[in-house]
Amino acid sequence: MAKVLVVTSGKGGVGKTTSTAALGVALAKGGKNVVLVDFDVGLRNLDLVMGAERRVVYDLINVVQGDAKLAQALIRDKRIPTLSLLPASQTRDKDALTDEGVARVIAELKQKFDWIICDSPAGIERGPTLAMRHADVAIVVTNPEVSSVRDSDRIIGLLDSKTEKAERGEHMEKHLLLTRYDAARAERGEMLKVEDVLEILSIPLLGIIPESDEVLRASNIGAPVTLSATPSAPARAYFDAARRLNGETLEMTVPNDRKSFFGKFFGRRAA
Amino acid sequence: MTAAVRPRHSIRFHSRSFHAMALAPQAPLADWLSELDAWLERSPGFFVGRPIVLDLSAVKLPQAEVLQLTKDLFSRDILVMGIEGGDPSWRELGMPPPFVSGGRYVNETARVTADAIANVMDAKEVKAPEPAPAQRSAALLLDSPLRSGQYIENLDGDVIVVGSVASGAEIVAGGSIHVYGALRGRAIAGAGQPRARIFCRKLEAELLAIDGLYMTADDMEAQLRGRSVQVWLNGDSLVITAQD
Repeated sequence: MAKVLVVTSGKGGVGKTTSTAALGVALAKGGKNVVLVDFDVGLRNLDLVMGAERRVVYDLINVVQGDAKLAQALIRDKRIPTLSLLPASQTRDKDALTDEGVARVIAELKQKFDWIICDSPAGIERGPTLAMRHADVAIVVTNPEVSSVRDSDRIIGLLDSKTEKAERGEHMEKHLLLTRYDAARAERGEMLKVEDVLEILSIPLLGIIPESDEVLRASNIGAPVTLSATPSAPARAYFDAARRLNGETLEMTVPNDRKSFFGKFFGRRAA
Repeated sequence: MTAAVRPRHSIRFHSRSFHAMALAPQAPLADWLSELDAWLERSPGFFVGRPIVLDLSAVKLPQAEVLQLTKDLFSRDILVMGIEGGDPSWRELGMPPPFVSGGRYVNETARVTADAIANVMDAKEVKAPEPAPAQRSAALLLDSPLRSGQYIENLDGDVIVVGSVASGAEIVAGGSIHVYGALRGRAIAGAGQPRARIFCRKLEAELLAIDGLYMTADDMEAQLRGRSVQVWLNGDSLVITAQD
């Protein structure tokens, strides 16, 4: 049974695209057939993070408008055979996405894949609403800071009202993915603690991704952390999150790199 | 060594638009003129150097009287540049030309057509300039770099970019594409024209296409990247050749 997953946040720059790519790789490595769909029409970054920007010919808009067949637009990942990407267009207007067109493409993708992961644009307007519309599961990506948490709260409200599932009166499955978390700084009160975020948003926690240079490095070389830096702390956190998505129950830990352990040590001394 | 001196072979034509004041005389003409005189006494310099259009739609005058009126106005330093609401049959030399647009002829029987103007033109022995053939500029010239997400299309001819084309930008041309900088985005040339080519100073393109045949960055030879190249169509294959 195919599942449509939307990765959303409200606020920009919190790591939606990075998380989409990392989770997609993790799920695909677990043997699932996964497609990543970039809904960020007009900006288009998922192909860069996936290292596929040089292979884009047709995009989501072409498929939605019927100029290209889905098979022509799907880009197979060269490293993981079960992973595909449907890129967004930069030159086309975001209004080129139509509700019916998106519905048709999602229905077609459901025939072929186990997981359809939609990378939503930031904000609360038409783009994000279209991306979340057909979702069965939502991941709300949040940074441990107040503005990010408030925007996530707003998005959760939209997930509960603007999606097909919500309109049918069904429960929308939502998960929180806390990214860029630094345990030492949270301890010192420089960022929100996990409990605080959970208390405000009150949706189940899918994972905590520690702040790490690996994530930035991975984005820049076009290989998500779950592919390029598998032993790293963020990679382990993403793999755990992917397993939880598949229904496994795992103990929640804040993975730590050695470096951040020292950071914690020094941080305590300074306090 | 002899050098052929070419005679000047072109006359420049400009189109211009400016505001003109319209004077509308009313019958009886003598009263109107004396009123005008009284007005001119209060502000004598008002009409000096100003183009004036004579609007005759409110009065009905024979040709001789119109001529007399323009002379009367001239003697008051009022220069009439044209007559609105006149009769196209007036074609005496020295009379201001009648206008067809912007007003109506008094004489409704007169044909308000283009050949009315042609008649006037003939009368003045000035050949109307041949209208330039409706031809759009074939090439589209862009002076600024093309940014990510911008889309430029010229199906009538070439596209010339004096600058770079960023990744995520797209150019579609009916003819050839010339980029005098780095080509990082997509270039789609020659819709239905297999002879079109793509030229660029620095090849970093995401996609190149000529007449429907395309090639993504992955298919391009690594040694050609970053170089000045031209892309052309050889039968059913795209060929990239370095120019340096």
